Amino acid sequence: MPSIVVAKGLVKRFGNLVAVDGIDFYVEEGELFGFLGPNGAGKTTTMKMIQCVSPKTSGSLEVAGMKIDEKDREIKRILGVAPQENNLDPDFTTYKNLLVYARYFDIPKAEAERRAKELLKFMQLWEKRDVNIDKLSTGMKRRLILARALINNPRILILDEPTIGLDPQSRHLIWDKLRALKSEGVTIIMTTHYMEEAEQLCDRLVIMNLGKIVTSGVPAEIVKEQAGKSVVETNILPKVMKCVKGFKKEKYEKVGEKIYIYTERPRHVLSTLISECELGKVQVRESTLEDVFIRLTGRELKE
Amino acid sequence: MSFIKYFRPPKVSRLAWKVWLRNKDVFAKTYRVSFIPPFLEPLLYLFAFGFGLGFFITTINFDGLTVSYREFLAPALISISIMNSGFFECSYNSFVRMHYQKTYDAIISTPLNIEDVITGELLWGATRSMINAGIIILVVSAFGLVDLTLVLLVIPLSFLGGLLFSAMGMLFSAITPNIESLNYPVFLLVTPMLLFSGTFFPLSILPGAFQALAFIFPMTHLVGITRGITLNSVGMPQFYSLVWVLVATILLTILSINLMKRRLIQ
Repeated sequence: MPSIVVAKGLVKRFGNLVAVDGIDFYVEEGELFGFLGPNGAGKTTTMKMIQCVSPKTSGSLEVAGMKIDEKDREIKRILGVAPQENNLDPDFTTYKNLLVYARYFDIPKAEAERRAKELLKFMQLWEKRDVNIDKLSTGMKRRLILARALINNPRILILDEPTIGLDPQSRHLIWDKLRALKSEGVTIIMTTHYMEEAEQLCDRLVIMNLGKIVTSGVPAEIVKEQAGKSVVETNILPKVMKCVKGFKKEKYEKVGEKIYIYTERPRHVLSTLISECELGKVQVRESTLEDVFIRLTGRELKE
Repeated sequence: MSFIKYFRPPKVSRLAWKVWLRNKDVFAKTYRVSFIPPFLEPLLYLFAFGFGLGFFITTINFDGLTVSYREFLAPALISISIMNSGFFECSYNSFVRMHYQKTYDAIISTPLNIEDVITGELLWGATRSMINAGIIILVVSAFGLVDLTLVLLVIPLSFLGGLLFSAMGMLFSAITPNIESLNYPVFLLVTPMLLFSGTFFPLSILPGAFQALAFIFPMTHLVGITRGITLNSVGMPQFYSLVWVLVATILLTILSINLMKRRLIQ
């Protein structure tokens, strides 16, 4: 598969703040690629550079073989963008929002009408076609933003937190639509805070922290690599700490009153803890992307 | 030195037109509301000044001409409408679209760049001036204050003047920290221009220093040209004023687009 987005040593500074600190990544055509990271990690900034709405400070970034600072209009023509913030046009109805947006892409009127109707049905908004957008629920607005992003049949779809603030039903609906789009060959690049969403959807992902990429790859492999097979979770007590220090192969992390032990041999760890230490509550579970995320980006609040 | 770069001509594409169309569509949707203020406003001025003040001042002498006060006033009312329409469209209205509605953010995710968006906004502001000037022309013609054939020349002028004041409004939108602060240019610039640009009385009766100040106002030149047309006395002063308006329009347009880009593209 050829790469459709390639970044090398990409840097973005805002005055003294380094928002994106020399990152390298590539996105293959047809895959669903995720950007994960705490708030302020540089995900949205990176997305905005791909979208050609925020110029890079240095490094290189190519989209579909075109340099972002040379061919911005051409790149934007093949992108579909669904921003985090609702920026639907409040002066128009649901249907008219799509038509007006289609016009920015020079899509002829008849074709725009055909696509708008098709997309409203695809996103289950057909009944709301003549409703002004202030009458739409949050979930409907998100779907309309997604429909709008698809009006130009984009090769690359860029989604910034596509399911933020949605109820589980709306979230699953969006996931289904994204899978359907992927199967049609659309490349999807998304940011998310939801680990479950990333594990479910992303073929590959990167985790960013403080403007840098801290890990990248296939979600299941990242989890295996960074957090091992299992996690043993227990309360921090002096005796427990002594025990834990006895484990030579295990990495661990202390958070508040709890300690998380990442391990390939959960039975051994558990039995040692039970037989040799005085334990409070203990829990053994499979490692998840969330464990990796927290290990790599720290537990403390970022803002 | 660094300020010079804001006078570099921006790269604008034909796609700017799409923004004009967007605004036209909104306007067409709300045309009943959109047409009432530009129709009522000149009537209020006409009654207050033309018929109220005009009761005491029947004729007025200026630049060697003697005309009725209402005929003197009519071109000023057209000019005021040109100024207000363009300025308010591209200050308050554009600020709302930019800041609250995030309309510009949505549009620049398409093949349009911010330069196209702002250009489309300015062309729309100029169009609003032209529409509103057209309405007033009908009103003052109905009262027999202007010759309907002569005054048609004011239509293209209203687009140019509209662009000038739209760019001025956009300039303040680009630098204002919030929407409330847009009140400052209104009180400190637009209102003085409305009162002291030869609108309600000839500038020649002002003290010299004030006259000089008034000649900096673009509004003075717009009123001068409009009045020259409606009173059929176009001469060199109107030509110089037209050059002044053209130069100011070009500079303000470029400056407002570049400053808006500075504000929005980071």
